[in-house]
Amino acid sequence: MPATPRPPDPRPPLRDALGAVPVTVLAAVSLGGVIGSLARYGLLLLLPPEPGRFDTATFLANTIGGLLIGAVMVTATEIAPGRRHLRPFLGVGVLGGFTTFSTYIVGIGRAAAADAVLLAAVYAATTLAAALAAAALGAWATRAIGRRLR
Amino acid sequence: MTVLLVALGAAVGAPARFLTDIVAAHYLGRAMPWGTLAVNTAGSGLAAFLAVAATGPAWTALLAIGFCGALTTYSTLSWETLQLAQTGRVLRAAANIALNLGCGLGAGLAGAGLAHLLGF
Repeated sequence: MPATPRPPDPRPPLRDALGAVPVTVLAAVSLGGVIGSLARYGLLLLLPPEPGRFDTATFLANTIGGLLIGAVMVTATEIAPGRRHLRPFLGVGVLGGFTTFSTYIVGIGRAAAADAVLLAAVYAATTLAAALAAAALGAWATRAIGRRLR
Repeated sequence: MTVLLVALGAAVGAPARFLTDIVAAHYLGRAMPWGTLAVNTAGSGLAAFLAVAATGPAWTALLAIGFCGALTTYSTLSWETLQLAQTGRVLRAAANIALNLGCGLGAGLAGAGLAHLLGF
């Protein structure tokens, strides 16, 4: 029995998609990630999380990161779309490194494991609400400033 | 020394997230931000494992604060959710939050459970 030919895959191979990433973009993401993560580490040293207490450092990092991602994304896509390294460096790198989902999940789990279920729920919900509201505010404010400058 | 370990972990974690996003979009498309879900789930599992295993301050700095902290992201999660909601895809925005929380907590429980099983 002759083998039926496979229908051609409309996608270019994955290695093309990965190969299209310039090394400078990857370096910008990495360097940005280091800068953002060190800033988050600094916040942790300033406001050390204590067991059974609200993790203010991580809450602040995730909320401030939300505010700034709104500003960076509006700038990168609407105000200065020609700046090719703006989004990888500031958005993916610095802010991706500054904010964290893993520490957020571990914080919820630690509170729940210590029978502080209310703290776990409050921490989970306030971080989510604050980060989303901050991102919307950051985008709105940047658009408003961008209109004034034009 | 601790600062260097955090930086080293982050230098690898952030580009790993960036490349995961490209791979996820290649296979699953961009209707939902699958790449962010993948890194947030994987990073939460590893971070919870390390939190229970308590492998020492050097490993915590390198892997938990540096690598997992930079691999996972709250800012991109917020932005992508906001984009879904603002373009009328409110159900997908809600599903994105539910999936990240559900998979993150699930992976966290699995990671912590594995660390207990291994006798840490």
